[in-house]
Amino acid sequence: MAETLLQVEDLNVHYGAIHAIKGISFHVQRGEIVTLIGANGAGKSTTLRAVSGLLRPSHGKIFFAGADITGLAPHKIVARGISQVPEGRRIFPEMTVLENLELGAYTRRDRAEIKRNLERIYGRFPRLKERSRQVAGTLSGGEQQMLAIGRCLMSEPELMLLDEPSMGLAPILVREIFSIIEEINDAGTTILLVEQNANMALSIANRAYVLETGTITLSGAAKELAHNERVKKAYLGA
Amino acid sequence: MEFLQQLINGLQLGSIYALIALGYTMVYGIVKLINFAHGDIYMIGAYIGFFAVGFMGPQFIPALILAMVGCAILGFIIERFAYRPLRGKPRIAALTTALGVSLLLENLVRKFIGPNYIAYPTLVKSTTIYIGGLQISNIKLIVLSVALIMMFGLQFIVLKTRTGKAMRAASQDLDAARLMGIDVNAVISYTFMIGSALAATAGILVGVAYPRIDPYMGILPGLKAFVAAVLGGIGSIPGAMVGGLVMGTAETMVLGFGKSTFRDAIAFTILIIVLLVKPTGIMGSKVNEKV
Ligand SMILES: Nc1ncnc2c1ncn2[C@@H]1O[C@H](COP(=O)(O)OP(=O)(O)OP(=O)(O)O)[C@@H](O)[C@H]1O
Ligand SMILES: [Mg+2]
Repeated sequence: MAETLLQVEDLNVHYGAIHAIKGISFHVQRGEIVTLIGANGAGKSTTLRAVSGLLRPSHGKIFFAGADITGLAPHKIVARGISQVPEGRRIFPEMTVLENLELGAYTRRDRAEIKRNLERIYGRFPRLKERSRQVAGTLSGGEQQMLAIGRCLMSEPELMLLDEPSMGLAPILVREIFSIIEEINDAGTTILLVEQNANMALSIANRAYVLETGTITLSGAAKELAHNERVKKAYLGA
Repeated sequence: MEFLQQLINGLQLGSIYALIALGYTMVYGIVKLINFAHGDIYMIGAYIGFFAVGFMGPQFIPALILAMVGCAILGFIIERFAYRPLRGKPRIAALTTALGVSLLLENLVRKFIGPNYIAYPTLVKSTTIYIGGLQISNIKLIVLSVALIMMFGLQFIVLKTRTGKAMRAASQDLDAARLMGIDVNAVISYTFMIGSALAATAGILVGVAYPRIDPYMGILPGLKAFVAAVLGGIGSIPGAMVGGLVMGTAETMVLGFGKSTFRDAIAFTILIIVLLVKPTGIMGSKVNEKV
């Protein structure tokens, strides 16, 4: 039986007077890839930022692995096993690739395990290994995205939140990133993926939610949503 | 020889500015606040040293440690109760609070200890050392070496330790640091504590080198150290060190060539030139200022 890993109930988020998220509920089962699609300004990043604890919900609850994590500080949420690759990558530009990866393991204490994990990530992203002493700000956009993903994996999250990992990348790189996300999922990490590239997102996800100006308007199996007329028209450019 | 002599005097003054400048730059690097009370923390450090000597006699290292610990605690308290509640609010709120804290510290000392100069006790017996044709007082050597040890220690913390890496991460991108699992509040507390301990060191060294203190002694050095931080590139730790040394040397040279009336003007001349020519300072980070 599938276990619910993340449960969001009636989430509301305000930016001052702006009501950005207006009572959304969704869940992610352990082992799934779930995608949240929506246009610019729909509230996708806001949702992920609330799950990570960067924003405090004005109402609603967030449960992770059965425990209420609403209002916890971000570093405590990371320690519980939720890690995020934020929109725009947000690597530390003046630090080396290696230092960025080490920071990803900030909540980890077991040095031997950190080292094993680092080798695994270098195995998956050989580019990062070649450039481990290079200052991260000088990496190309694609390399920075790999670094952001690698850095996130360094905390060995149970749930990985990805905010538009395909943003600004050439189509060939987009495919590569998406196949990496699938591999990460196959290796046992649950994934909540936010995307504007609905095509790609729906092609790898199990289930999807459509977010429109702070409200979830559609949800279902990714395959079904990919054939839904409204979704096709609004997000698949059909 | 005359020039070398002046250079050493300049480096002595400069290392004191550098120690103060480090606190400005580290705090600014993370919370983007110009902590105007920082010069007063340096003043408090000098006073703690003064009273420490009163209790336990003229012992340099214990007085230094007491002042550093005392100021670290003070820095922690100021951040926790004056600045943290204003985080995320418009920057002007924290800035005016910093001015308020500055006035508060000055007036507390003025009220409870007194407004006048006090002579600083002799912590180190002065002797003269001859190196080649140079005459150097041992005090200058002590000031310079203590300052250098502190700066190396700081560089070690910042570059090599887990906390130091967290500090650097937080200064580059606060939210990304949070997403790494870094407790940003703790990092900010550490930053204030370390910066305040360095200012305390400067306070003790100044008591040793220029032996008199008063409640307002932090104002001018505080401003000059701030300019030194801007000169080096606000937010940059090596920048603050270089900026402080340059500032002290420039000031001493101006003095040495008999233009003592320009002594304090030099800092502000430097500030204006930096702002006109290279606002990011000598080692300031490139174009993008992070929020
Ligand atoms: N810091 C902020 N202050 C005020 N309003 C904000 C802030 N951040 C986001 N908003 C508003 O909240 C709404 C949702 O923004 P959000 O960034 O979550 O959208 P998004 O779905 O991630 O969009 P995009 O695809 O462009 O990244 C938008 O209307 C936006 O203008
Ligand atoms: Mg977004």
